[in-house]
Amino acid sequence: MIRLGPPLAIFLLTGPILIGLVGTLLPALGFLPALGGMDFTFAHLADAIGRPGMAMSMAVSLAAGLVTAAVSVSAVFLFVAAFAGTRIFDRVQHLISPLLSVPHAAAAFGLVFLIAPSGMIARLISPGLTGWTRPPDVLIVNDPFGLSMMAGLVVKEIPFLLLVTLAALPQVRLIETRALTASLGYGRITGFLHALWPAIYRQIRLAVFAVIAFATSVVDVAAILGPTAPEPLAVRIVGWMSDPDLSARYVASAGAVLQLALTVVALAVWIGLECAAAAILRTVCLAGWRLRRDRLLAWLGLAAMLATFLAIAGGLAVLAIWSVAGLWQFPDVLPQNFSLRTWMQAGSRISGPLATTLAVATLSTLLAAVLTILCLMRGDEIGKHANGTLWLIYLPLLVPQAAFLFGLQLLFIFIGADATFAALVFTHLIFVLPYVFLSLSDPWRAFDRRYDAISAGLGKKRWTTLFRVRMPMLSRAILTAAAVGFAVSIGQYLPTVLIGAGRLATVTTEAVALASGGNRRVIGVYAFVQMVLPAIGFLVAVTVPALLFRSRRAMRI
Amino acid sequence: MPEPGLFLDHVSISLHGHRLLEVSRHVAPGEILTVMGPSGSGKSTLLAYIGGFLDPVFDASGEVYVDGDEITVLAAEDRHAGILFQDPLLFPHMSVAGNLVFAIPPAVKGRTQRYRMACDMLAGVGLEGAEDRDPDTLSGGQKARVALARVLISAPRMLLLDEPFSKLDAGLRQQMRELVFAKARETGLAIVLVTHDEADAKAAGGDIVHIGGD
Repeated sequence: MIRLGPPLAIFLLTGPILIGLVGTLLPALGFLPALGGMDFTFAHLADAIGRPGMAMSMAVSLAAGLVTAAVSVSAVFLFVAAFAGTRIFDRVQHLISPLLSVPHAAAAFGLVFLIAPSGMIARLISPGLTGWTRPPDVLIVNDPFGLSMMAGLVVKEIPFLLLVTLAALPQVRLIETRALTASLGYGRITGFLHALWPAIYRQIRLAVFAVIAFATSVVDVAAILGPTAPEPLAVRIVGWMSDPDLSARYVASAGAVLQLALTVVALAVWIGLECAAAAILRTVCLAGWRLRRDRLLAWLGLAAMLATFLAIAGGLAVLAIWSVAGLWQFPDVLPQNFSLRTWMQAGSRISGPLATTLAVATLSTLLAAVLTILCLMRGDEIGKHANGTLWLIYLPLLVPQAAFLFGLQLLFIFIGADATFAALVFTHLIFVLPYVFLSLSDPWRAFDRRYDAISAGLGKKRWTTLFRVRMPMLSRAILTAAAVGFAVSIGQYLPTVLIGAGRLATVTTEAVALASGGNRRVIGVYAFVQMVLPAIGFLVAVTVPALLFRSRRAMRI
Repeated sequence: MPEPGLFLDHVSISLHGHRLLEVSRHVAPGEILTVMGPSGSGKSTLLAYIGGFLDPVFDASGEVYVDGDEITVLAAEDRHAGILFQDPLLFPHMSVAGNLVFAIPPAVKGRTQRYRMACDMLAGVGLEGAEDRDPDTLSGGQKARVALARVLISAPRMLLLDEPFSKLDAGLRQQMRELVFAKARETGLAIVLVTHDEADAKAAGGDIVHIGGD
């Protein structure tokens, strides 16, 4: 049973991706027997490239990946370098960490409600500062260069990269190294950059790659915040995919291949930037610059964290207000009256998607947790935890979703499992598993193995030890990892749209579908529900162990 | 007629081709074999090998017998090796009595009987009335005694002591040492004690094996 863990997990992480990539590549090259395509041709790729505005679509996607990564990494670096080990750091960390659970689409909607011409920021400064009595006719959201889309991505990726960095931080000797570099006369940020950052960056590198892959190929955030004419590449591909004319599948698959290539190019450019940065770092180090006056940079890092918090938390607050707003005219800061009408109207329509969302998230999380625990137990058994497989765990996060989900969908159609609940759970599992594994593996390995030895010495079987000793003692870590997985499943847009094929809707797919309609009250309801569900998951993860072990002091954090 | 007690038959443990220890000894029931060596000499790996939880990075060979049965072929949970580490390692999510009840062999049936057995055992180590307490609220010495009670109640076939007194302060150490050795003699268990403290070895009074440090 335990032996099955790693092979199953490896299959799950690689199998669907490889099969999916092949299933995308073949139609892109003209081979799709179901539609009569038997000849290999580059015509479909040429067709995709030749579509109007394609260069702009690809440029925006490429820029989104690189800009999002560069801005998020820089912000996290500046903040960590300037503040790690201080009290401000702990406080900010507590503000930012919960933001990770907010689904991308909900965060993007929140940002729209903040920065749109009729959004909260404009209302707060109008008409006093601006003189506006009606929303100005400027294109802030959906701007042609995708800047608002990048902003939406940055505020979601900063919490992710910050948490990954926090996980890597205990592996360096922060306090001693800080004292050393300070005694050599280096400023806090420069000292951190030379002495600690290279080791930390090595640890978070795959996560940065995942950010690039995600930002170059994101669909939901791009559909909500991104440019519309032309749309970013991934949005256009999904548009072709949902074309009722089946022959559009060829060009959609070709687009997905272009998406894969684009992400690879983005990663290659990033690796080039890494080399350049390393070279500059060496030069600066040789020059011996101390850069002691770094207070401005430090404040910049802190400001980025606070802006991230305000953007997401503020956006969600405005979403919540919209969902209960009655008449709300510009530039009033609050609605004239409140009403639950939108909730009551939406309530009946949301129950079906809500049930699907919860069922898929619960099942995929449960499966991911079981698989993760089996893999970790096997790791204990053979005495090593395969660190070389980190690439493998990250694989589903490094390959653009569109590039292999098309092929996977074809496979499901071929075996008659398309738009089934099982297929949807399976597909979510591919994305949930890496996060559950990454969240649980550190606490699992930190567990004192002598408890296992004692339990075995008391004559307990491995499963008894697992269920009666290890799992209760790690209950908080296990439930937190499950809450992360639950949140990931709830946030999944593209896998749900493609594999659910419109017949299985979740709160997320419904919310994103509302984006073009622009009914803020209904969007408020859906996005609010979308945001609340992961929060409930984390609440359960905190309260259940606290209640179960309320009279056990050592079980508190 | 199998020889009673614990028999280590050419037990040898090495790491990356470097031999850490090689032991052949017989420990009679109620006797204590003391293994001495500096920290880092690998003396704890001997206990791990006997108990069946040796990290796979080590290469080990040799057989271990208890009362004539070879236990090296058994899984850790079938060896019934009672272990005490230098930390009490009480299960933090169970009550004091819960820790003991968990250790009682499944052959003892009935909730009330198991609970009463735990209370009796606690009284035997001077902790009557502590059964429903949270282990984390006990003092260091009390925790050590609960750990001893937990291991004794599990009806082990031998005791493996991994520097169990090293974290106690001097007065308590003497007290615990006497308690552990007295209980062990009472139950007639063969004991392997790993320590770097000469006083432990002297109090144990049995055979001494020195390893490491040449």
